[in-house]
Amino acid sequence: MIWIDVLVQGILLGGLYALFAAGLSLVFGIMRLVNLAHGDLIVFAAFAILLITGSTGLHPFLAALLAAPLMFAAGWALQRFVLNRVMGKDILPPLLITFGLSVALQNGMLEIFSADSQRLAAGPLESASIDLGPVTVGTMPLLTFASAVLVIFALNRIFYTTALGRAFRAVSDDPTTASLMGINPKSVFAIATGLAMVIVTIAALYLGMRSNFDPSIGPARLIYAFEAVIIGGLGSLWGTLLGGAIIGVAQTIGAQLNPEWQILAGHLAFLAVLLIRPRGLFPRAVD
Amino acid sequence: MLLSVQGLTAQYGQFKALFGIDLHVAAGECVAIIGANGAGKTTLMRSITGVLRNAPEMIRHNEDPIGALPADLILQRGIAMVPEGRKLFPSLTVEENLRIGGQVRRGTGRWSLDEIYSLFPILKDRRHSPGTALSGGQQQMVAIGRALMSNPELLLCDEISLGLAPVVIRDIYAALPAIRASGAAVVIVEQDIARALSVADRVYCLMEGRVTLQAPAKDLTREAIHAAYFGATA
Repeated sequence: MIWIDVLVQGILLGGLYALFAAGLSLVFGIMRLVNLAHGDLIVFAAFAILLITGSTGLHPFLAALLAAPLMFAAGWALQRFVLNRVMGKDILPPLLITFGLSVALQNGMLEIFSADSQRLAAGPLESASIDLGPVTVGTMPLLTFASAVLVIFALNRIFYTTALGRAFRAVSDDPTTASLMGINPKSVFAIATGLAMVIVTIAALYLGMRSNFDPSIGPARLIYAFEAVIIGGLGSLWGTLLGGAIIGVAQTIGAQLNPEWQILAGHLAFLAVLLIRPRGLFPRAVD
Repeated sequence: MLLSVQGLTAQYGQFKALFGIDLHVAAGECVAIIGANGAGKTTLMRSITGVLRNAPEMIRHNEDPIGALPADLILQRGIAMVPEGRKLFPSLTVEENLRIGGQVRRGTGRWSLDEIYSLFPILKDRRHSPGTALSGGQQQMVAIGRALMSNPELLLCDEISLGLAPVVIRDIYAALPAIRASGAAVVIVEQDIARALSVADRVYCLMEGRVTLQAPAKDLTREAIHAAYFGATA
């Protein structure tokens, strides 16, 4: 019985990792850009939500609703004014820029918000739970997982049923030919990064309500996100959800065996998948 | 003048591909550009469409200098291209490939999804297949339809017969009268000289980055083409 519980908790935890990873997966899928500041941007968004809740007294969910358009604008501007200048055949310059951004964000946040641990207060929701017969699950983890599924479902709808999604895929296939269709690939990139930052805001919301955060924890979130994307296969959004779930389950199993093994077990699962399927479970990108 | 090119030069690093090309296309006209491999035909197309950027006044559209505009703005002015090698988007279905051609510019002309399907009926049956699952000839039809979806004033066709069987080439060229009837001027870049002469009003021949011949198609002799094409004075 305990193992069913471990499995369910692990899958729900995977929802959080999938939320960390969805924005990364989106940006990589469209422009082959690995954003090393992704984790720090999640922490940044969490602080943004914290500031809004602190100054307005709003619940974190409503505060995130306000933060999302601001983060979209920030992502759009980051791509439009910084990253687009270095996008090209060589993948190294944008990688270095995002690495620098990561360092700058961490230190900037340390300067402004101090190293104190913070938390988004969600009230009674934090400890609420639902009895599902054999297992009892926390309302918050359940909400997290449901949000992850919803985010990935919505992204898939955007990708495959809208004109914007068509442009995303065309630009991802061949930016030069897309420009012959009247599409400016750099504008499309800016919208994609803006959209990724909206997902980052959702990830930040749950990160902040479920655990403490401080300016230094971004890189570790990036690692989980990275692993989820790679396990799922680069460019596959549902694969990213599965990747998150695999890491989550591995972590809860590890923790069940020995609490010290939680983090390690997640990384070992990642390595095991890489050994068996080096391109991930559902690789979409063929290059 | 719909399109005029004056003194166009282009180079890739140290390699100079075009040495002062002069060329013009009037509204509704069909112009063929012929020349051997490496004559600069594709470089010329890339320059006109803005994939390669040039000095503004080297290329004019309705007298406006457009040489330095990026490709997306060139398309929005009504100049569409069927690129060499077709270049369909592999992630998009046939219908999505067509739709994306008209996503930014729809113009006011006759071309719509239904019109493209009546021009190339086979595409309607295959509309939900990935673009790259089609035969070469069908892919070429998609590439032409995709360019037409923006209802261009000027359609540039780069090597549309390359790698296709003669019977397929005939089918594709059979669409040309309908395209011209829609009012679009057409530029056809070809290595198949007979094919080019049979459809064009005027012909330019390029050799090693220069225009070596320009004349109305009906006035051309084999000898003149031979000399312009190979540089020989046989």
